[in-house]
Amino acid sequence: MSAPLESLGQTEPRPTGPAPHFEVAVVGAGPAGLAAAASAAERGARVAVIDAAEQPGGQFWRHRSEAAGIRDDGSLHHGWKTYLDLRRRFDSGVDTSRITYLPRTSVWMAQRRPQGFTLRLSSSFGTTTGPSTVHASALVLATGGYDRQLPVPGWELPGVMAAGGIQAFIKQNGALPGSRFVVAGTGPFLLPVAANIVEAGGSVAAVCESADLSGWLPRAHRALAVPEKGLEGAEYAWTFVKHRIPYRTRTVVTEILGDSAVEAVRTARVRRDGTEVPGSARTIDGVDSVGLGWGFTPQLELPVALGARTRVDVDGSLVADVDAAQRSSVPGLYLAGELTGVGGAALAVVEGAVAGRAAALATTTGTDGSGAIATAREARTISRQRAFAEAMHLAHPLPPGWESRMRDETVVCRCEEVTAGAILGARDEMDAADSRTQKGVNRAGMGWCQGRVCGVAVACLSGSAPQAKSDDPMISLRQNANRPIAQPIPLGDLRDLVD
Amino acid sequence: MSDIPQAGSPHGSERTGAATSRVRGTFDGEPLEAEAGTSVASALIATGTRSWRTTREGRSRGLFCGIGVCFDCLVEIDGESGQRACMIPLGEGMDVRSASGPRTTHDAGTGTSTGRDADGTDAA
Ligand SMILES: Cc1cc2nc3c(=O)[nH]c(=O)nc-3n(C[C@H](O)[C@H](O)[C@H](O)COP(=O)(O)OP(=O)(O)OC[C@H]3O[C@@H](n4cnc5c(N)ncnc54)[C@H](O)[C@@H]3O)c2cc1C
Ligand code: FES
Repeated sequence: MSAPLESLGQTEPRPTGPAPHFEVAVVGAGPAGLAAAASAAERGARVAVIDAAEQPGGQFWRHRSEAAGIRDDGSLHHGWKTYLDLRRRFDSGVDTSRITYLPRTSVWMAQRRPQGFTLRLSSSFGTTTGPSTVHASALVLATGGYDRQLPVPGWELPGVMAAGGIQAFIKQNGALPGSRFVVAGTGPFLLPVAANIVEAGGSVAAVCESADLSGWLPRAHRALAVPEKGLEGAEYAWTFVKHRIPYRTRTVVTEILGDSAVEAVRTARVRRDGTEVPGSARTIDGVDSVGLGWGFTPQLELPVALGARTRVDVDGSLVADVDAAQRSSVPGLYLAGELTGVGGAALAVVEGAVAGRAAALATTTGTDGSGAIATAREARTISRQRAFAEAMHLAHPLPPGWESRMRDETVVCRCEEVTAGAILGARDEMDAADSRTQKGVNRAGMGWCQGRVCGVAVACLSGSAPQAKSDDPMISLRQNANRPIAQPIPLGDLRDLVD
Repeated sequence: MSDIPQAGSPHGSERTGAATSRVRGTFDGEPLEAEAGTSVASALIATGTRSWRTTREGRSRGLFCGIGVCFDCLVEIDGESGQRACMIPLGEGMDVRSASGPRTTHDAGTGTSTGRDADGTDAA
């Protein structure tokens, strides 16, 4: 940093004074966070809910602007009744001042204190008048996740988006970010994205699923144990038939073409090992938008910064460990939703309810919260949903052979514009076999997004060297999640640090 | 289906129930208009703009993650650089400007005038 702090940050300092203290702080107001806040407040705790977005709902229940008075009819949503019910409970907590809701606010650092936790806050955008620091005796993190990405030649062209980003755009704006789409990647999530595009008036030239669906067969019973997912799937199947959306399995996008924006997409069928089926390449013209998604990955910087124990889940994502009361390995720290393993909104709601209840019990009775472990019924739901998620992850892996579609000039780190050639070069010539070494050598993962987008690809590309020293895949994943400053912040917020 | 309950928070909104209104701002000096509550990104896309930032190497970028994670969609808003077009609702009179050139991580926080340049991104 080349300038002294005091010469920067000409914004008004945030209000100082003593930072407020809460019994329970919940970070995130998505399915998990809403459930945690409602259940903690209903058990008598004073709760702070901090969320980066403008309004509650998280990614799954992202909806039209309440501030603008737009009524969302829930037609693009699943489980909307569950949301409305949670929202009623949440709002009633706010009305009775049990819940202090701080929207548009990002937690950029979490610290452990002898008596609990300290959270450092920054406005996500615009100005917020809320506190810059809060203290809490117990902390529930429900920060969710984001789309997992793999680079494809041409993916930096405008018009290419994360599949979840398209979904978020439609739900938030009631509009489409393009007109004719190709949706590609893996997982059942590609289906609602395509369905919502056509329901919003767009067209879908193809949905390319890299897996063949045979991975479900040995695990079909796990899908049948979650009938609501089957119903949801049937709805999509009907939408696909009605709108004639081609759904191609074992098909990948090999290249995205365009001059200043997306114009066409090349696809190919692939064999089990990821090699192309000869003669299967085709070009889809007249496409202005592409949605890419290979599942989701949790947003783990706060749990990692606090020292929570992590592991690699069956989908290859780093996730955090919890027990039957959603307690992490750190006393007083509870985790719910995608952080404990990507498993969807229904699971997130149950985990949130358990976490909020346990955190409230711990702080109001001075115990460790273990008296609030999941009830038999909750435990059954959690285990059914987890089993479904595991089946889904195993049936929809990262596609084998994706590395072979990289060219030297393919951009891998979008922020710092580091190419596949540079990453493989650093791996082979400079022994850069993990994410941190890659950062040091060529800045991959050092830009604004801090490796959230390229992290998986850089970890795979650098760790796949024959001479790679990191035979532990956790090394790179942990390095990626280790971001002491969880969100980019204005320097003024550092200047204004108190307590 | 039923209504969204009223946001009962200090930051929450009054539900007007009225027909949605339009808001007007500018993008690089040109008029930009959108339904109230939609994002700056959505307003830009509605005008046919797919990209509004160029990278250090001069490549065009627009929306990517759509949820505030990737920072591809950065614009300058009312003189503050490094603002995410996907997260911010277009506001009445907002002065939105495209972001260009080398103003990415290397340069953020090195004594610019607004003090709103995000920094700390190098810290990890
Ligand atoms: C873009 C996107 C779209 C998705 N759409 C669907 C869909 O249509 N259907 C489906 O089945 N699944 C969807 N998913 C998966 C979905 O995210 C999960 O199933 C579900 O939302 C998980 O709930 P959660 O409460 O764990 O997290 P989320 O819903 O992700 O909520 C996390 C919340 O935490 C906030 N947050 C995160 N970090 C911070 C921080 N540092 N400070 C303050 N606040 C923070 C975020 O703003 C967010 O509101 C989507 C995922 C993404 C990323
Ligand atoms: S599109 Fe990723 S931050 Fe806005």
